[in-house]
Amino acid sequence: MDNRQKEIDNLKDYKYGFSTDIENIRAPKGLNEDVIKFISNIKKEPQWMLDFRLKAFERFKQLKEPDWQKPKYPKIDYQDLYYYSAPKSMDNKPKSLDELDPKLLETYNKLGIPLQEQARLNGIAVDAVFDSVSVATTFKEELTKQGIIFCSMSEAIQKHPDLVKKYLGSVIPTTDHFFATLNSAVFTDGSFVYIPEGVKCPMELSTYFRINASETGQFERTLIIADKGSYVSYLEGCTAPMRDENQLHAANVELIALDDAEIKYSTVQNWYPGDKDGVGGIYNFVTKRGLCKGKNSKISWTQVETGSAITWKYPSCILKGDNSVGEFYSIAITNNHQKADTGTKMIHLGKNTKSKIISKGISAGNSDMMYRGLVDIASKADNSRNFTQCDSLLMGNKCGAHTIPYIKNKNLKSNIEHEATTSKISDEQLYYCNQRGLNQEEAVSLIVNGFCKEVLQQLPMEFAVEAQKLVGISLEGSVG
Amino acid sequence: MLSIESLKAKIDDKEILKGLNLNINPGEVHAIMGPNGSGKSTLSNILSGKKGYEVNGSVTFEGQNLLELETEERAHKGIFLAFQYPLEIPGVNTNTFLKTSINAIKKARGEKELDAIEFLKLIKQKSLELKFDEKILSRQLNVGFSGGEKKKNEILQMSILNPKLSILDETDSGLDIDALRIVSEGVNSLRNKENSFLIITHYQRLLDYIKPDFVHVLKNGQIIKSGDYELAKELEKVGYEDFN
Ligand SMILES: Nc1ncnc2c1ncn2[C@@H]1O[C@H](COP(=O)(O)OP(=O)(O)O)[C@@H](O)[C@H]1O
Ligand SMILES: [Mg+2]
Repeated sequence: MDNRQKEIDNLKDYKYGFSTDIENIRAPKGLNEDVIKFISNIKKEPQWMLDFRLKAFERFKQLKEPDWQKPKYPKIDYQDLYYYSAPKSMDNKPKSLDELDPKLLETYNKLGIPLQEQARLNGIAVDAVFDSVSVATTFKEELTKQGIIFCSMSEAIQKHPDLVKKYLGSVIPTTDHFFATLNSAVFTDGSFVYIPEGVKCPMELSTYFRINASETGQFERTLIIADKGSYVSYLEGCTAPMRDENQLHAANVELIALDDAEIKYSTVQNWYPGDKDGVGGIYNFVTKRGLCKGKNSKISWTQVETGSAITWKYPSCILKGDNSVGEFYSIAITNNHQKADTGTKMIHLGKNTKSKIISKGISAGNSDMMYRGLVDIASKADNSRNFTQCDSLLMGNKCGAHTIPYIKNKNLKSNIEHEATTSKISDEQLYYCNQRGLNQEEAVSLIVNGFCKEVLQQLPMEFAVEAQKLVGISLEGSVG
Repeated sequence: MLSIESLKAKIDDKEILKGLNLNINPGEVHAIMGPNGSGKSTLSNILSGKKGYEVNGSVTFEGQNLLELETEERAHKGIFLAFQYPLEIPGVNTNTFLKTSINAIKKARGEKELDAIEFLKLIKQKSLELKFDEKILSRQLNVGFSGGEKKKNEILQMSILNPKLSILDETDSGLDIDALRIVSEGVNSLRNKENSFLIITHYQRLLDYIKPDFVHVLKNGQIIKSGDYELAKELEKVGYEDFN
């Protein structure tokens, strides 16, 4: 009993809550042209990139912060944030991992993401982003042999300007909504992926985002391009120290799939959710959008959202190419005072396009969960199909779950199907499991994992196991 | 092994058990018969640790005060309840549930947990013994199972967990002859000098397959008469109404 309690207590703590004491270079506090020039300058960016940022900033100044979302939050003072923070040791970027600051290596070891050659995760190439910069990318040479580009966004801007120029902002234009536009102005780093024609990427590509510095927003930018007939599976993970301030994370992720290409994008989001009383935690306001540009292309989003104080995001697919396919598999868990307003948009433009939405929302404690989704079938998108399944699971009486599916079908030959269920974990079910020897936590974890199985199955093997544990841990203490 | 003294139970101020006494020794099979609403399921629930009852009296199991143990701790000690109405758990594969269950119990006892292969072997063997269709085990736990399948699944779980005290709450209700045979076989194959059974039933029929050592009649929250197998026959003739 004692050991079990200890184990539970250990799990209950947010185990990634430590912070690394490291010397930083920061941009001056606040948001203005000079800060943007500072960021662009420190990254030695070409003029076109600075212009891109400034154009976005001009636009941003005219935009109003949206407030239609369900979770409300105190007004963010955008002048009271740092927009760039990087470990000082990254000033002259180390050429190899041997030159990397040991403190950074140790941080990633503690997070279970070893970067060193000997200890690397098998079959997974990792790009590690620490606050505003990418600190290391593993397995680079192996990938280069096949012509695959997997590097930090900053490096891509230097080394692959044509690709970046062509595709950056092509899915999320600089004139998009408030947070996306802010990101276009001040984004710092993130990952860049290019898979050449006909290449099936032989390993999982993964980015690990870590917020460390306080009072710092993280604005990363990811761009993935799958050229004709190629395939890539990409996974993103994230953690942050426990701080009692709220930290803003406003990323932009753009995916482009050309003819017959497929991109599978998985997220296991475990940002610090704040404490039991709802103090602190990350505001996760992210824009993720994929463009199925070519015919027969496919983009599949899988997300497991367990962290953050507020999660507000709608990973979307624009199905432009004929016969293209968009998928969205989501598990969102809120506990204590966490809030989530998440879902997807499937925009059917091409003929015979198909989309599938499987959303599993679990709310516990005093939390609040909203599924919000849009399925939009354009008048020319003949024979298109959508299937949506939205299931909510409630634990206790103090949490909420809501579902708002927006549907626009402008094509008579197309078809949208929507199913939704809401259920509760009953005391009788828990009793049954207890009687079979499972304690309360094990019982909840079993039932919840069963509830989200369809989505967990979409994750790459190595991560499915992790995600399963995470699902259990996020709900610790939510019953009994 | 199990000793119940002056057990009283209330729920929402309604008195259900009103001073019940019962002693079960290792290796014994006891049958409890009684009309609907007499408190049979309540007794099973209190023994296996369902929450929500106001309980008085004493229950000791192998010398330990059972009432202060958590539900799962009682399961770890070897108490098993075959539910009158087994619960459906959507999404959870029956095999996964069984494996989680047996390993939770093994872990709590400090025994080595079964790996996937050992588990499958055990399942195969037990299903064969009970002539139980394994295909059911790859379905979601009790979801869409027929009444009989649910009950058989309970018995399969029982035989896999090999409990010291098995409580069967009306496992025979609504079963056809084949299912009844499986249930009885399950019990009989576990029967030995150490394992005990508390079998709750309405009908003498089951007791023709599982010969009990003792039969008790429960009425209005009390055991009003105890005897041997002959008592069951008498009950069947007279009916509960007129039985005093
Ligand atoms: N949760 C409850 N709340 C109120 N009354 C209950 C509850 N559970 C059982 N009872 C009542 O207690 C009595 C005994 O029930 P039960 O133990 O299920 O009887 P049996 O299994 O012998 O048919 C019945 O009258 C029943 O209605
Ligand atoms: Mg009953």
